[in-house]
Amino acid sequence: MSKFKKKGSNELPAISTASLPDIVFMLLFFFMVATVMRDSSLKIKNNLPSAEDTEKLGKKNLVMFIYAGPPSDSYKRQYGEEPRIQLNDKLATPEDIPFFVRSEIDSKREEEKDKMIAALKVDKTTNMGLVSDIEQQLRKVNQLKINYTTKKGSALK
Amino acid sequence: MAKRSAPEVNAGSMADIAFLLLIFFLVTTTIEVDSGINSKLPPDIEQDDVIKKQKNIFTVELNKNNQMLVEGDLMEIKDLKTAAIKFIDNGAGKGKDACSYCNGAKDPSSSDNPNAAVISITHSRATEYETFITVYDQLVSAYSELRERLSQKLYNRSFKEMEASFDDSKSPEFKSEKLKDKIENIKQKYPRIISKAEPKF
Repeated sequence: MSKFKKKGSNELPAISTASLPDIVFMLLFFFMVATVMRDSSLKIKNNLPSAEDTEKLGKKNLVMFIYAGPPSDSYKRQYGEEPRIQLNDKLATPEDIPFFVRSEIDSKREEEKDKMIAALKVDKTTNMGLVSDIEQQLRKVNQLKINYTTKKGSALK
Repeated sequence: MAKRSAPEVNAGSMADIAFLLLIFFLVTTTIEVDSGINSKLPPDIEQDDVIKKQKNIFTVELNKNNQMLVEGDLMEIKDLKTAAIKFIDNGAGKGKDACSYCNGAKDPSSSDNPNAAVISITHSRATEYETFITVYDQLVSAYSELRERLSQKLYNRSFKEMEASFDDSKSPEFKSEKLKDKIENIKQKYPRIISKAEPKF
Protein backbone atom coordinates (compact mmCIF):
# COMPACT_ATOMS: atom_id res chain seq x y z
CA MET A 1 0.00 0.00 0.00
CA SER A 2 2.57 2.46 -0.97
CA LYS A 3 1.64 6.02 -1.70
CA PHE A 4 4.13 6.36 -4.46
CA LYS A 5 2.94 3.63 -6.67
CA LYS A 6 3.66 4.43 -10.27
CA LYS A 7 0.62 4.25 -12.42
CA GLY A 8 0.84 2.62 -15.80
CA SER A 9 4.58 2.36 -15.75
CA ASN A 10 4.43 -0.52 -18.11
CA GLU A 11 2.88 1.63 -20.92
CA LEU A 12 5.07 3.26 -23.53
CA PRO A 13 5.20 7.03 -23.22
CA ALA A 14 3.44 8.86 -26.06
CA ILE A 15 5.73 10.38 -28.68
CA SER A 16 5.61 14.09 -28.39
CA THR A 17 4.35 15.75 -31.52
CA ALA A 18 4.81 19.23 -30.16
CA SER A 19 7.63 20.00 -32.57
CA LEU A 20 5.67 18.89 -35.59
CA PRO A 21 4.09 22.32 -36.15
CA ASP A 22 7.55 23.86 -36.03
CA ILE A 23 8.86 21.56 -38.70
CA VAL A 24 5.85 22.11 -40.88
CA PHE A 25 6.06 25.86 -40.43
CA MET A 26 9.66 25.77 -41.47
CA LEU A 27 8.74 24.01 -44.69
CA LEU A 28 5.84 26.38 -45.15
CA PHE A 29 8.06 29.44 -44.91
CA PHE A 30 10.49 27.94 -47.38
CA PHE A 31 7.79 27.44 -49.96
CA MET A 32 6.24 30.81 -49.28
CA VAL A 33 9.54 32.50 -49.97
CA ALA A 34 10.37 30.37 -52.99
CA THR A 35 6.99 30.72 -54.63
CA VAL A 36 6.57 32.92 -57.64
CA MET A 37 2.93 33.56 -58.22
CA ARG A 38 1.80 33.73 -61.79
CA ASP A 39 1.06 37.39 -62.27
CA SER A 40 -1.01 37.09 -65.38
CA SER A 41 -3.25 34.32 -66.50
CA LEU A 42 -2.76 33.30 -70.06
CA LYS A 43 -5.54 33.60 -72.56
CA ILE A 44 -3.54 31.81 -75.18
CA LYS A 45 -2.02 28.39 -75.57
CA ASN A 46 1.61 28.46 -74.66
CA ASN A 47 3.31 25.24 -75.53
CA LEU A 48 6.91 26.29 -76.00
CA PRO A 49 9.17 24.62 -78.55
CA SER A 50 12.24 22.81 -77.28
CA ALA A 51 15.87 23.54 -77.95
CA GLU A 52 19.17 22.11 -76.79
CA ASP A 53 21.58 24.99 -76.74
CA THR A 54 19.89 27.28 -74.28
CA GLU A 55 21.05 29.89 -71.84
CA LYS A 56 19.41 30.77 -68.57
CA LEU A 57 17.42 33.93 -68.41
CA GLY A 58 18.98 36.27 -65.90
CA LYS A 59 17.28 38.35 -63.25
CA LYS A 60 13.51 38.10 -63.33
CA ASN A 61 12.94 41.80 -62.86
CA LEU A 62 14.94 42.65 -65.97
CA VAL A 63 12.80 40.51 -68.21
CA MET A 64 9.62 41.51 -69.97
CA PHE A 65 7.51 38.73 -71.31
CA ILE A 66 5.72 38.82 -74.60
CA TYR A 67 3.40 35.89 -75.11
CA ALA A 68 1.98 34.75 -78.40
CA GLY A 69 -0.05 31.82 -79.59
CA PRO A 70 -3.51 30.75 -80.63
CA PRO A 71 -6.28 31.61 -78.12
CA SER A 72 -6.93 28.82 -75.61
CA ASP A 73 -10.11 26.77 -75.83
CA SER A 74 -12.21 28.96 -73.54
CA TYR A 75 -11.39 32.10 -75.51
CA LYS A 76 -11.71 30.58 -78.94
CA ARG A 77 -15.26 31.73 -79.48
CA GLN A 78 -14.35 35.27 -78.58
CA TYR A 79 -11.08 35.68 -80.42
CA GLY A 80 -11.03 33.01 -83.12
CA GLU A 81 -8.22 30.65 -83.97
CA GLU A 82 -5.60 33.03 -85.32
CA PRO A 83 -2.49 33.37 -83.13
CA ARG A 84 -2.51 36.50 -81.00
CA ILE A 85 -0.11 38.43 -78.81
CA GLN A 86 -0.64 38.77 -75.09
CA LEU A 87 0.95 41.53 -73.06
CA ASN A 88 0.37 41.40 -69.31
CA ASP A 89 -3.17 40.09 -69.14
CA LYS A 90 -4.66 41.49 -72.32
CA LEU A 91 -4.57 40.32 -75.87
CA ALA A 92 -2.90 42.90 -78.04
CA THR A 93 -1.89 43.74 -81.56
CA PRO A 94 1.72 44.24 -82.67
CA GLU A 95 1.11 48.00 -82.62
CA ASP A 96 0.67 47.89 -78.83
CA ILE A 97 4.17 46.57 -78.26
CA PRO A 98 6.13 49.86 -78.41
CA PHE A 99 3.94 51.36 -75.69
CA PHE A 100 4.25 48.22 -73.58
CA VAL A 101 8.03 48.14 -73.90
CA ARG A 102 8.36 51.82 -73.03
CA SER A 103 6.21 51.51 -69.95
CA GLU A 104 8.13 48.42 -68.82
CA ILE A 105 11.43 50.24 -69.22
CA ASP A 106 10.14 53.35 -67.47
CA SER A 107 9.19 51.35 -64.40
CA LYS A 108 12.77 50.20 -63.88
CA ARG A 109 15.65 51.93 -62.18
CA GLU A 110 17.92 54.11 -64.30
CA GLU A 111 20.93 51.80 -64.28
CA GLU A 112 18.84 48.80 -65.22
CA LYS A 113 17.15 50.39 -68.21
CA ASP A 114 19.57 49.23 -70.86
CA LYS A 115 19.80 45.71 -69.52
CA MET A 116 16.24 44.74 -70.24
CA ILE A 117 15.58 41.57 -72.17
CA ALA A 118 12.40 40.83 -74.05
CA ALA A 119 11.55 37.18 -73.65
CA LEU A 120 9.35 35.85 -76.42
CA LYS A 121 7.20 33.04 -75.14
CA VAL A 122 5.67 31.86 -78.32
CA ASP A 123 3.59 28.77 -78.91
CA LYS A 124 4.99 26.08 -81.21
CA THR A 125 2.24 26.38 -83.76
CA THR A 126 2.41 30.13 -84.24
CA ASN A 127 3.38 31.30 -87.69
CA MET A 128 6.63 33.17 -88.13
CA GLY A 129 4.80 36.13 -89.62
CA LEU A 130 3.52 37.14 -86.20
CA VAL A 131 6.93 36.60 -84.62
CA SER A 132 8.64 38.82 -87.15
CA ASP A 133 5.93 41.48 -86.64
CA ILE A 134 6.83 41.45 -82.94
CA GLU A 135 10.50 41.74 -83.78
CA GLN A 136 9.93 44.69 -86.10
CA GLN A 137 8.05 46.52 -83.36
CA LEU A 138 10.81 45.78 -80.85
CA ARG A 139 13.37 47.20 -83.25
CA LYS A 140 11.35 50.40 -83.49
CA VAL A 141 11.73 51.06 -79.78
CA ASN A 142 15.32 49.88 -79.79
CA GLN A 143 14.69 46.89 -77.55
CA LEU A 144 17.20 44.70 -79.27
CA LYS A 145 18.07 42.07 -76.69
CA ILE A 146 15.64 39.24 -77.04
CA ASN A 147 15.36 35.68 -75.88
CA TYR A 148 13.36 32.96 -77.54
CA THR A 149 12.16 31.12 -74.46
CA THR A 150 12.18 27.38 -74.96
CA LYS A 151 11.89 24.14 -73.11
CA LYS A 152 14.96 22.07 -72.55
CA GLY A 153 15.25 19.02 -74.73
CA SER A 154 16.26 17.84 -78.10
CA ALA A 155 14.60 19.71 -80.89
CA LEU A 156 15.16 17.03 -83.46
CA LYS A 157 12.43 14.50 -83.83
CA MET B 1 -8.49 31.06 -2.61
CA ALA B 2 -6.81 28.31 -4.56
CA LYS B 3 -4.53 29.54 -7.27
CA ARG B 4 -5.66 28.12 -10.55
CA SER B 5 -3.18 27.68 -13.32
CA ALA B 6 -4.28 28.91 -16.74
CA PRO B 7 -5.55 26.07 -18.86
CA GLU B 8 -3.16 24.97 -21.57
CA VAL B 9 -4.13 25.91 -25.11
CA ASN B 10 -4.53 22.85 -27.22
CA ALA B 11 -2.10 23.26 -30.06
CA GLY B 12 -2.85 19.96 -31.70
CA SER B 13 -4.68 21.51 -34.61
CA MET B 14 -1.85 23.89 -35.33
CA ALA B 15 -0.09 21.22 -37.35
CA ASP B 16 -3.21 20.66 -39.42
CA ILE B 17 -3.49 24.34 -40.25
CA ALA B 18 0.17 24.55 -41.14
CA PHE B 19 -0.12 21.46 -43.30
CA LEU B 20 -3.01 22.97 -45.17
CA LEU B 21 -1.02 26.11 -45.94
CA LEU B 22 2.02 24.04 -46.83
CA ILE B 23 0.10 21.99 -49.31
CA PHE B 24 -1.33 25.13 -50.88
CA PHE B 25 2.12 26.59 -51.43
CA LEU B 26 3.50 23.28 -52.61
CA VAL B 27 0.88 23.14 -55.30
CA THR B 28 1.21 26.74 -56.46
CA THR B 29 5.01 26.81 -56.47
CA THR B 30 6.87 26.75 -59.73
CA ILE B 31 10.57 26.78 -59.07
CA GLU B 32 11.68 27.07 -62.61
CA VAL B 33 14.15 29.27 -64.31
CA ASP B 34 13.22 30.17 -67.82
CA SER B 35 15.81 29.41 -70.37
CA GLY B 36 16.03 30.04 -74.04
CA ILE B 37 18.14 31.16 -76.94
CA ASN B 38 19.46 34.67 -76.64
CA SER B 39 19.54 36.73 -79.74
CA LYS B 40 20.10 40.30 -80.78
CA LEU B 41 18.02 42.23 -83.28
CA PRO B 42 19.66 44.61 -85.72
CA PRO B 43 19.06 48.30 -84.91
CA ASP B 44 16.30 50.00 -86.82
CA ILE B 45 18.38 52.40 -88.87
CA GLU B 46 19.00 52.56 -92.55
CA GLN B 47 22.27 50.82 -93.20
CA ASP B 48 24.37 50.94 -96.28
CA ASP B 49 24.30 47.69 -98.12
CA VAL B 50 27.45 45.79 -97.44
CA ILE B 51 28.49 43.76 -100.39
CA LYS B 52 29.40 40.28 -99.29
CA LYS B 53 30.86 37.66 -101.48
CA GLN B 54 28.29 35.05 -102.32
CA LYS B 55 30.58 32.31 -101.08
CA ASN B 56 30.62 33.84 -97.61
CA ILE B 57 26.87 33.60 -97.25
CA PHE B 58 25.18 30.41 -96.14
CA THR B 59 21.51 30.70 -97.00
CA VAL B 60 18.88 28.80 -95.11
CA GLU B 61 15.34 29.14 -96.39
CA LEU B 62 12.22 27.87 -94.72
CA ASN B 63 9.07 27.61 -96.75
CA LYS B 64 5.44 27.53 -95.70
CA ASN B 65 5.42 23.74 -95.55
CA ASN B 66 8.26 23.81 -93.00
CA GLN B 67 10.75 22.45 -95.49
CA MET B 68 14.29 23.69 -95.46
CA LEU B 69 16.44 24.74 -98.38
CA VAL B 70 20.14 25.13 -97.66
CA GLU B 71 22.09 26.89 -100.40
CA GLY B 72 19.21 26.12 -102.72
CA ASP B 73 18.98 22.40 -101.97
CA LEU B 74 16.44 20.58 -99.86
CA MET B 75 17.98 19.29 -96.63
CA GLU B 76 16.85 17.46 -93.50
CA ILE B 77 17.20 19.47 -90.32
CA LYS B 78 19.38 16.81 -88.69
CA ASP B 79 22.06 17.40 -91.33
CA LEU B 80 22.08 21.15 -90.86
CA LYS B 81 24.55 21.31 -87.99
CA THR B 82 27.25 19.41 -89.85
CA ALA B 83 26.74 21.52 -92.95
CA ALA B 84 26.92 24.73 -90.93
CA ILE B 85 30.10 23.67 -89.15
CA LYS B 86 31.64 22.78 -92.49
CA PHE B 87 30.76 26.19 -93.85
CA ILE B 88 31.88 28.30 -90.86
CA ASP B 89 35.10 26.42 -90.27
CA ASN B 90 36.08 26.26 -93.93
CA GLY B 91 38.75 28.97 -93.82
CA ALA B 92 39.63 29.26 -97.48
CA GLY B 93 40.91 32.82 -97.13
CA LYS B 94 44.44 33.82 -98.01
CA GLY B 95 46.56 36.72 -96.88
CA LYS B 96 44.73 38.90 -94.38
CA ASP B 97 41.62 36.71 -94.58
CA ALA B 98 43.53 33.61 -93.63
CA CYS B 99 42.22 31.60 -90.71
CA SER B 100 44.98 29.95 -88.71
CA TYR B 101 42.73 28.03 -86.31
CA CYS B 102 40.22 26.61 -88.78
CA ASN B 103 40.08 22.88 -89.39
CA GLY B 104 37.88 23.04 -92.46
CA ALA B 105 38.42 21.71 -95.94
CA LYS B 106 39.66 25.07 -97.28
CA ASP B 107 37.27 24.73 -100.18
CA PRO B 108 37.68 27.90 -102.31
CA SER B 109 33.96 28.01 -103.12
CA SER B 110 32.98 28.21 -99.43
CA SER B 111 33.63 30.77 -96.68
CA ASP B 112 36.96 32.58 -96.23
CA ASN B 113 36.99 33.08 -92.49
CA PRO B 114 34.57 32.59 -89.59
CA ASN B 115 34.57 36.38 -89.19
CA ALA B 116 33.33 36.83 -92.72
CA ALA B 117 30.93 33.90 -92.79
CA VAL B 118 27.31 34.90 -92.52
CA ILE B 119 24.39 32.57 -92.02
CA SER B 120 21.25 34.06 -93.43
CA ILE B 121 17.84 32.70 -92.54
CA THR B 122 14.83 33.62 -94.58
CA HIS B 123 11.39 32.28 -93.88
CA SER B 124 7.86 32.58 -95.10
CA ARG B 125 5.17 34.21 -92.97
CA ALA B 126 3.48 30.84 -92.70
CA THR B 127 6.50 28.92 -91.41
CA GLU B 128 5.83 27.39 -88.02
CA TYR B 129 7.68 28.85 -85.06
CA GLU B 130 8.79 25.40 -83.93
CA THR B 131 10.60 24.76 -87.20
CA PHE B 132 12.34 28.09 -86.98
CA ILE B 133 13.49 27.47 -83.41
CA THR B 134 14.75 24.00 -84.31
CA VAL B 135 16.77 25.41 -87.17
CA TYR B 136 18.02 28.35 -85.13
CA ASP B 137 18.99 26.00 -82.30
CA GLN B 138 20.98 23.82 -84.69
CA LEU B 139 22.85 26.83 -86.02
CA VAL B 140 23.60 28.14 -82.54
CA SER B 141 24.83 24.74 -81.46
CA ALA B 142 27.07 24.58 -84.53
CA TYR B 143 28.77 27.73 -83.26
CA SER B 144 28.98 26.35 -79.72
CA GLU B 145 30.61 23.20 -80.96
CA LEU B 146 33.25 25.16 -82.84
CA ARG B 147 33.91 27.35 -79.81
CA GLU B 148 34.15 24.26 -77.66
CA ARG B 149 36.71 22.71 -79.99
CA LEU B 150 38.84 25.82 -80.10
CA SER B 151 38.67 26.22 -76.35
CA GLN B 152 39.87 22.67 -75.83
CA LYS B 153 42.73 23.30 -78.22
CA LEU B 154 43.86 26.65 -76.84
CA TYR B 155 43.16 26.39 -73.13
CA ASN B 156 42.52 22.71 -72.64
CA ARG B 157 39.20 23.25 -70.90
CA SER B 158 35.58 23.43 -71.86
CA PHE B 159 34.12 26.73 -73.06
CA LYS B 160 30.82 26.11 -71.26
CA GLU B 161 32.69 25.43 -68.04
CA MET B 162 34.72 28.62 -68.47
CA GLU B 163 31.59 30.70 -68.94
CA ALA B 164 29.94 29.04 -65.97
CA SER B 165 32.86 29.66 -63.67
CA PHE B 166 33.00 33.29 -64.83
CA ASP B 167 29.40 33.81 -63.74
CA ASP B 168 29.53 31.70 -60.59
CA SER B 169 30.15 33.85 -57.54
CA LYS B 170 31.56 30.87 -55.61
CA SER B 171 34.29 30.01 -58.07
CA PRO B 172 37.77 31.53 -57.65
CA GLU B 173 37.55 32.90 -61.18
CA PHE B 174 34.36 34.88 -60.66
CA LYS B 175 34.55 37.91 -62.98
CA SER B 176 38.28 37.42 -63.41
CA GLU B 177 39.88 39.56 -66.11
CA LYS B 178 42.08 36.76 -67.34
CA LEU B 179 39.18 34.41 -67.90
CA LYS B 180 37.19 37.18 -69.55
CA ASP B 181 39.97 37.70 -72.09
CA LYS B 182 39.99 34.01 -72.90
CA ILE B 183 36.23 33.90 -73.37
CA GLU B 184 36.25 37.05 -75.49
CA ASN B 185 39.08 35.68 -77.58
CA ILE B 186 37.11 32.57 -78.46
CA LYS B 187 33.91 34.47 -79.07
CA GLN B 188 35.81 36.78 -81.38
CA LYS B 189 37.34 33.93 -83.33
CA TYR B 190 33.94 32.37 -83.92
CA PRO B 191 31.46 35.27 -83.83
CA ARG B 192 27.86 34.19 -84.06
CA ILE B 193 26.66 35.95 -87.20
CA ILE B 194 23.16 34.80 -87.98
CA SER B 195 21.12 37.24 -89.99
CA LYS B 196 17.39 37.00 -90.13
CA ALA B 197 15.65 38.63 -93.03
CA GLU B 198 12.10 39.92 -92.95
CA PRO B 199 9.73 37.50 -94.62
CA LYS B 200 9.11 38.45 -98.20
CA PHE B 201 6.35 36.08 -99.08
